[in-house]
Amino acid sequence: MSRLGFFFDASACSGCKACQAACKDKNGLEVGVLWRRVYEVQGGAWRNEGGLWRPDVFAYNVSIACNHCELPICRNVCPTAAIEQREDGIVTIDRARCIGCRYCEWACPYGALQFDEPANRMTKCDFCADEIEAGRPPACVAACPMRALDFGDIEELRARHGATAAIFPLPAPDVTKPALVIKPHRDAARAEAEGAEVANWEEI
Amino acid sequence: MSGFKGIKKKIETAAMSRRGFLRWSSFVGGSAFAGRGLAARLRRGPGGRKESVRAAASAASVQEDAAVRVVRTGCPSHNCGGRCLLKVTVKDGRIVRIEGDDRPGDAIEDPQLRPCVRGRSYLRRQYHPDRLTRPLKRSGKRGEGRFVPISWDEAAGFLADGLTRIKAAYGNAAIFVPYGTGSYNQLNGRQTAQRLLNLFGGSLGFYNSYSWAAISRATPTVYGTSVTGNQRQDWLNARYILMWGWNPAEIRDGTNSEYFVHKARERGARVVCVDPRMTLSAVALADEWIPIRPGTDAAMMSAMAHVMIVENLYDAAFVRSHCLGFDGTQMPAGYEGAESYKDYILGTRDGTPKTPAWAEAITGVPAATIARVAREYATIKPGVLYQGYGMQRRAYGEQAVRAGCVLAALTGNVGVPGGWASGIALQAPDGGPFWLVFPTGTNPVKAAIPSFLWTEAVLRGKDMGPADGVTGVDRLGTDIKLIWAVASNALINQHGNVNRTARILADESLVEILVVQDNFLTPTGRFADLVLPACTQFETWGLEDGWKYGDEVLLMPKIVEPPGEALSDYAICAKVAERLGLVEAYTEGRSERDWVAWAIEQYRKTRFPDIPDLDAFEASNAGVYSVPVTRPAVAFADFRRDPVGHPLPTPSGRVEIFSKALHDLGRPDEIPAVPKYIREWESPFGPEAARFPLSVIGHHYLARVHSTMDNVDWLIEAFPQRLFINPADAEARGVRDGDEVRVFNDRGATVVRCRVTKRIMPGVVALPQGAWWRPDKDGVDRAGSVNVLSSERWTALAFGNAQHTIMAQVEKART
Repeated sequence: MSRLGFFFDASACSGCKACQAACKDKNGLEVGVLWRRVYEVQGGAWRNEGGLWRPDVFAYNVSIACNHCELPICRNVCPTAAIEQREDGIVTIDRARCIGCRYCEWACPYGALQFDEPANRMTKCDFCADEIEAGRPPACVAACPMRALDFGDIEELRARHGATAAIFPLPAPDVTKPALVIKPHRDAARAEAEGAEVANWEEI
Repeated sequence: MSGFKGIKKKIETAAMSRRGFLRWSSFVGGSAFAGRGLAARLRRGPGGRKESVRAAASAASVQEDAAVRVVRTGCPSHNCGGRCLLKVTVKDGRIVRIEGDDRPGDAIEDPQLRPCVRGRSYLRRQYHPDRLTRPLKRSGKRGEGRFVPISWDEAAGFLADGLTRIKAAYGNAAIFVPYGTGSYNQLNGRQTAQRLLNLFGGSLGFYNSYSWAAISRATPTVYGTSVTGNQRQDWLNARYILMWGWNPAEIRDGTNSEYFVHKARERGARVVCVDPRMTLSAVALADEWIPIRPGTDAAMMSAMAHVMIVENLYDAAFVRSHCLGFDGTQMPAGYEGAESYKDYILGTRDGTPKTPAWAEAITGVPAATIARVAREYATIKPGVLYQGYGMQRRAYGEQAVRAGCVLAALTGNVGVPGGWASGIALQAPDGGPFWLVFPTGTNPVKAAIPSFLWTEAVLRGKDMGPADGVTGVDRLGTDIKLIWAVASNALINQHGNVNRTARILADESLVEILVVQDNFLTPTGRFADLVLPACTQFETWGLEDGWKYGDEVLLMPKIVEPPGEALSDYAICAKVAERLGLVEAYTEGRSERDWVAWAIEQYRKTRFPDIPDLDAFEASNAGVYSVPVTRPAVAFADFRRDPVGHPLPTPSGRVEIFSKALHDLGRPDEIPAVPKYIREWESPFGPEAARFPLSVIGHHYLARVHSTMDNVDWLIEAFPQRLFINPADAEARGVRDGDEVRVFNDRGATVVRCRVTKRIMPGVVALPQGAWWRPDKDGVDRAGSVNVLSSERWTALAFGNAQHTIMAQVEKART
């Protein structure tokens, strides 16, 4: 069976967060729970040359949900086997079995696990599996005003867009093998080389 | 896929009684990735905790429920630049989900109208606990915000009696329904009250807007018309796009505008963004960002013209055959001795050549960059110089508009596919969507003021005349005595100089009766004598078309009932009309739905001959009727081909680089006949900069549409209100990212948290406009409301707002 993955075009993402809101609307997420999040990356510097400020500054955005990894470390660390992976790759949480220990949240290097504190249960992106079953795209993909998000068979996505699965600030992909393909922003290489930073932590 | 269904079922029936496992939660520990991945940096926001996931599977489960309805509708109009399609799921009389356009295809000729983060977050506004549900009458002092609920009977009587009394005492011109766009479709908004008042003998009129005053006045001085824009699919023919202060990814200047620019870039166009901020558009759309000091756009444009002239890069043939006043050889008869544009640029008369080096000192843009952009725009053709509107909400906003139009003409980009004439750019061939087809009737009061001068008309309306922009009469003859603000937070929040406006409104001897009609108790509402609860656009009928651009009509059927006693703007007006004995004339027997049917017929007679009637439109549940754009119209194509046979509607029939009409106003220092850079009345170059060295811009923010949606939690989470400040300016003030800062000048002060960001140039801070003014006991705003800093002063030519011309200081807040 083919496995599902996301495609994200970082070169086209404006950081408008329509995807984030669409996800919250679809899944009824309260403030503080972000199954899809947008990291704003900034780097470079301003130089003052003879009183004139000159920018050598760059910025881009990374919209990330759960990457439904081939090696879902969240599942591996769950002490109650509440996290499962379907044949199509979608990683799900069984709320009835979750005990709220938050191991998975610590383990996931993408921040995909989002804790529902009052209910003491972990939550996460389920790839809008119900939408996919009904023949529709996930809410985030359908929402993007820049058409920068897509989904599909991960091998097809890789054939079409290449194998890049990590740009700053994402972790190296060899750890969990995310079902993710990224078209990098032109400044992603600079971000790696020059030590960029995430500029909007308070929004995530 | 059965596995998921099983899990879903378990989610829905998840028991809360698994306390036996809770002991596991004490085992929280590290993992192989602690400290390395994003997860280790996750933060929880100011509240410090994550809240409950609401009804986790409700949205999924509704699809199986027979009682569920899905309705496609236009996104509620609040005067953002977009008009988008929503797919709304309703269960048990309540909206439970809001999706976007799901029409198949998404072709460039007729793309999906995908809503932005605001439309996608609308549930949280629709069901906000602070919705107004009953009429309220003031019980404290003006502005204290103390009210008691009253009946609709009493409320309608209060307003009707007030109108009658003010009319008798001062005349109809003392009644005013101010500018405001908080509800903005054909059946919702201030026009409903305008119709009633026109039947009542009229009210003081206004012209222009807080959005476009300068650009709508200045564009026709060059082209004789505001229809200067091509249909947007034509941008795909452009090879160069200069986004000048234009930020479609945040303001949505037409649904899909950012997408069209993206597509143009995919096809090889080079895109350059000139803006003090590295905007979302700069990041997603542009190959290069050029920061420029606010209020100096005309200086950079003039220097670009200098480069084009001295390097002979301008389109001399087009200038000769299509323009007026470029140089001494083509001045209008009787004005041969006046200063031509070339005279100004080369400094023939004033001794100052407008070189890139001259402009560098003013704009902060390196001379070499200015020269390079000039060469690019003059040689990479066809090209688009798209002017944003922020640059014209400034002291001499008209100049930047005219200078941009002139650059488009100098480069010969007027009237060609892939080009762009600049200016306000209403869409060819017909000016684009209709702003209003709902019939307001004729206002028996002929007097009108510029929209921004209403406080002047409160204070000294009696003596105002043409010198203050009054039209229709020689003298206004009365002050404004009754204000009925429908869907308008412009009285306090969005007007220049909040503290001044608050003092004016608090004085009951000036405006004697103040009525505010809205969804929420806005800062304006807090000053009301009477608050009328209006429903949202999901709760009544409406109809909208594509804002500035667009070839579509969106139907907005009534989807759910309003809360409590809230009513539509139209129904409220009908109640008041009843008390005034005007209900039959007002309604003509039509319901809201009947008026929508009526409006659709107006569209059929004009722009959309094949639009279905309301019954068919509603039955289709399409939500939108659109006309694909397969051959995008190009403004001025006929004029380009044959300037004699198809002259422009200017006095000369040509592109007026030099304007006789402006020359004849006799105010060359503020209204020159050729576009010039004029130093603003508050600037980094004046004495005021010693105390207030930072330029403040109040840009449009994705968290709001102007001040609408300021109270929506998903938007606050996504885009919190912050003062954006460059690291150099922050460091000089001992301010660190996240600190509370005090931003102040002589007009007011606000305390707000800051975001230290490299995405704004040094010397400039940005405080997004629209945050709801929240003064503390000392009068210091605690919400980051930029208009406590802005001024009520208006522009010379258009009588427009100059609310982005602000100098201020920033310091670390003491508390």
